Amino acid sequence: MTIPDTTESESRRTGADPADGVIVLERVVKRFGEYLAVAHADFAIGRGEFFSLLGPSGCGKTTTLRMIAGFEQPTEGRILLEGRDVSRVPPYRRNVNTVFQHYALFPHMSVYDNVAFGPRSQKLDATETDRRVRELLDVVRLAAFARRKPSELSGGQQQRVALARALANYPSALLLDEPLGALDLKLRQAMQGELKRIQREVGVTFIYVTHDQEEALTMSGRIAVMNEGRVEQIGTPEEVYHSPTSVFVATFIGVANLIPAVVEQANGAGASVRVAGSLPVAVPAGTWRLGAGAKASVMVRPERLRLSAAPPGDCVSIPVTLEQAVFQGPVVRCLLRAAEGSEIVAHVGPEQILPGLSPGLALWVSWEPEAARLLPP
Amino acid sequence: MAGRGRTFGRRLGSWLVDGYAALVLAYLLLPILVIVLYSFNKPAGRFNFVWKSFSLDAWRDPLRYDALVEAMKLSLAVAGISTLVAALFGTLIALALTRYRFRGSAPVGLLLVLPLTTPEVVLGSSLLTLFLDLNVRTGFTTIVIAHIMFSVSYVALTVRARIRGFDWTLEEAAMDLGATPLRVFGKVTLPLILPGIVAAGMLSFALSLDDFIITLFNAGSSVTYPLYVYGARRAAFPPQINVIATAILLLSLFALTATHLWQNRTLRQQPGRPLPPV
Repeated sequence: MTIPDTTESESRRTGADPADGVIVLERVVKRFGEYLAVAHADFAIGRGEFFSLLGPSGCGKTTTLRMIAGFEQPTEGRILLEGRDVSRVPPYRRNVNTVFQHYALFPHMSVYDNVAFGPRSQKLDATETDRRVRELLDVVRLAAFARRKPSELSGGQQQRVALARALANYPSALLLDEPLGALDLKLRQAMQGELKRIQREVGVTFIYVTHDQEEALTMSGRIAVMNEGRVEQIGTPEEVYHSPTSVFVATFIGVANLIPAVVEQANGAGASVRVAGSLPVAVPAGTWRLGAGAKASVMVRPERLRLSAAPPGDCVSIPVTLEQAVFQGPVVRCLLRAAEGSEIVAHVGPEQILPGLSPGLALWVSWEPEAARLLPP
Repeated sequence: MAGRGRTFGRRLGSWLVDGYAALVLAYLLLPILVIVLYSFNKPAGRFNFVWKSFSLDAWRDPLRYDALVEAMKLSLAVAGISTLVAALFGTLIALALTRYRFRGSAPVGLLLVLPLTTPEVVLGSSLLTLFLDLNVRTGFTTIVIAHIMFSVSYVALTVRARIRGFDWTLEEAAMDLGATPLRVFGKVTLPLILPGIVAAGMLSFALSLDDFIITLFNAGSSVTYPLYVYGARRAAFPPQINVIATAILLLSLFALTATHLWQNRTLRQQPGRPLPPV
């Protein structure tokens, strides 16, 4: 596979220099017996970054986070924290802190004592501990709740206590393991903004594990998309959305149309492919290197597609049959079937609503050449 | 008419249920009531078995019989020591069994139940055989050893049941915040499982104070409170026995109420994760 190659070029493109990283993972592999949890993690996270590990459950994102926290040790490779190899250092001697999925607040301690637990464990004196606790309770806006027990707080408040507690040691990086997973949708959205604000305010590196692609897109500076233990792609939200490097990334983030194609010719700048027996279609080559005759997929997002009754002259277009048109408010979601059988979804905005979108209608679907990406099949 | 009939039937049903409940309660509490009642008796002879007249004599002079006081002291010492040791080891066993999956953890869990299901006569006699074979003189030490043996099982099983719902990520959270394993245990794990340990300890204390059969085999010439009571049945049965039994009863009631209140408070601090009741 060409995955390691991809990872390197992507991280270089976004300017995160491994030598400058707060956290560097060097060829990290984690096995649980026979099971390969993390196949190859090799990336650096820069100072002050909001970095997300995104993937479905079982993709290795939580294991990666737990290795950074120190709860698991890598089977192979090294983890560097501030330039120091911490691969074998226990969690209580690493300057990273975790916000757990279910908060893991100490139920027998007050909010104050929860937040003070870190500084006290590090044997800071009472004055400094008190100063930090007050500072962080202010940051999370819970100063009035210091004497309460966690059970007397709402879910969102408990979440903020967990955040303050994890920040009280002034960690090099804050690790967040699906921290909003236990909250309902409305609160989750409010907390997303709150987390961003706090990150800006304290300027700490955030490493954020989530399976929610929308959350990752909304909050992250960079996203590492993981699947089956492998890091498939690392990039900014725009990069992983607009220029996915694999079919998995394309379909996991947002909705993607994948149209089977055969490469006619390809060079560094672009490629020409044949789609469903139509004329050769030009696409940007992307990062995937292809030879002539190779099978590939042309990826186009539904919102980049246009529908018309006749083939437009200046765009790439293929004939389709309309199967279903669903009005969704901002867009009409059109389910189309291409001649060779593949399914295509187009989100058609109000500026180009065609009259009489009834099933069975023969249409042409078209897109700007730069809207498409060429991916391995 | 029909309405009144139904009301009557319902009322009859509720009387029957109340009456039945009262009978069951009486059945459970009557022997205890007799113990308390006879502590206020002024028996005719040496045996406090027949009601004669009300008197506070025994309550005014509860420590009158040295042998009884000695027996009670011995019982308290045995129960105290065996409970402390059993609480320590039983808790460690429970933690190991809940916390870790190790080779042989399932058999260990099963073996724990064995001392509870084995007839006491078998346990007591086989322990005695063991002590005789090893040339150990029976007495205070052997009683304590015997009591620790069965108490450890009770404590381990009780604590294990209590910590089954324990949120182990709390330990990870503490470690993550910089607490060494020792501090994690002292500040997080122990305070949270303490109610379970105390409940188990109380059970163990009561069992030790109460044990007759195993003690009989392994006591040598030592006399615990149950052994004294059993022996007293032949020579003399003063009401002081009832006084001390009543005192123990009151103390246990107090201890039970106190821990109940305390545990309710602790439970309320753990949202969504109530510990299973004992």
